[in-house]
Amino acid sequence: MKNTLVILLFFAAGLLAGIFSLFPESLSGEQMTLYVLYLLLFLVGIGVGANKDTLKLLRSVNLRIFLIPLSVIIGTFLGTMVYSWFDETLTLRECWAVGSGFGYYSLSSVLIKEIAGESLGVIALLSNIIREIITLLLAPVLSRLFGHFAPISAGGATSMDTTLPIITRSTGTEYAAVSVFSGLVLTLLVPFLVPLIL
Amino acid sequence: MVLVIAFLIGGILTGYLIRNHRRLIVVASRLTDGAIFLLLFFLGLSVGMNQQVVSSFSSIGLQSFFITLLAVLGSVLVTFLFHHLFFRKR
Repeated sequence: MKNTLVILLFFAAGLLAGIFSLFPESLSGEQMTLYVLYLLLFLVGIGVGANKDTLKLLRSVNLRIFLIPLSVIIGTFLGTMVYSWFDETLTLRECWAVGSGFGYYSLSSVLIKEIAGESLGVIALLSNIIREIITLLLAPVLSRLFGHFAPISAGGATSMDTTLPIITRSTGTEYAAVSVFSGLVLTLLVPFLVPLIL
Repeated sequence: MVLVIAFLIGGILTGYLIRNHRRLIVVASRLTDGAIFLLLFFLGLSVGMNQQVVSSFSSIGLQSFFITLLAVLGSVLVTFLFHHLFFRKR
């Protein structure tokens, strides 16, 4: 819980620094995010490789592992459908399209902008960034309330990279394999699902 | 995407090689925490530097927030259901 607060503070500090241009334009936040992400993945990999239970878990899970990304797809569609009942400015298809970014904001927002225009593109961008942030902040809580697959589910496509460290920290490194697998399946589906829905 | 996988696999191999050196593993896990904080800072920075996103934050922000909240809630609940239906016994 204390860590969640610290994480939020770092995000807020970054946000303010960006808004008030405290950093030179040449230092692109996106570029830096990517470098830190690579470092993070390497460090997470060390945790996974050093954990002797990883292989054991993978073997016990087998084909059922596909059920995790499947449940994320079904759940995301149900949730965004419920949202569409309350928001008259967005159609069901638009809500589903935004949801099927599964947190993969860079690709989904560009795809949606191309097909459905600027404003839905911005919603897709914000929404999928928020999915990543919600996961980063709530992973420990979700894991305690809804089991070890919950933060993987919340992370959607991001569970293979950006939210992987926080997921393994709140569920244990032996869940990294499931997390990467689920995120990979969802990531690969984004470019197919978004145009199909719109 | 290729680099993402490459760094992860590189880390896993390194981790496997040092799996019996407890102290190195502890250092790696401390560094992981620090890198997470740094990542969030830069994520905030890239959102804050995007004029288009910042200017539409209030109007579109609420919409985006609630649609995502329901998407995450739906995902977690269905996964929870599947967990109990198909993964029980652990």
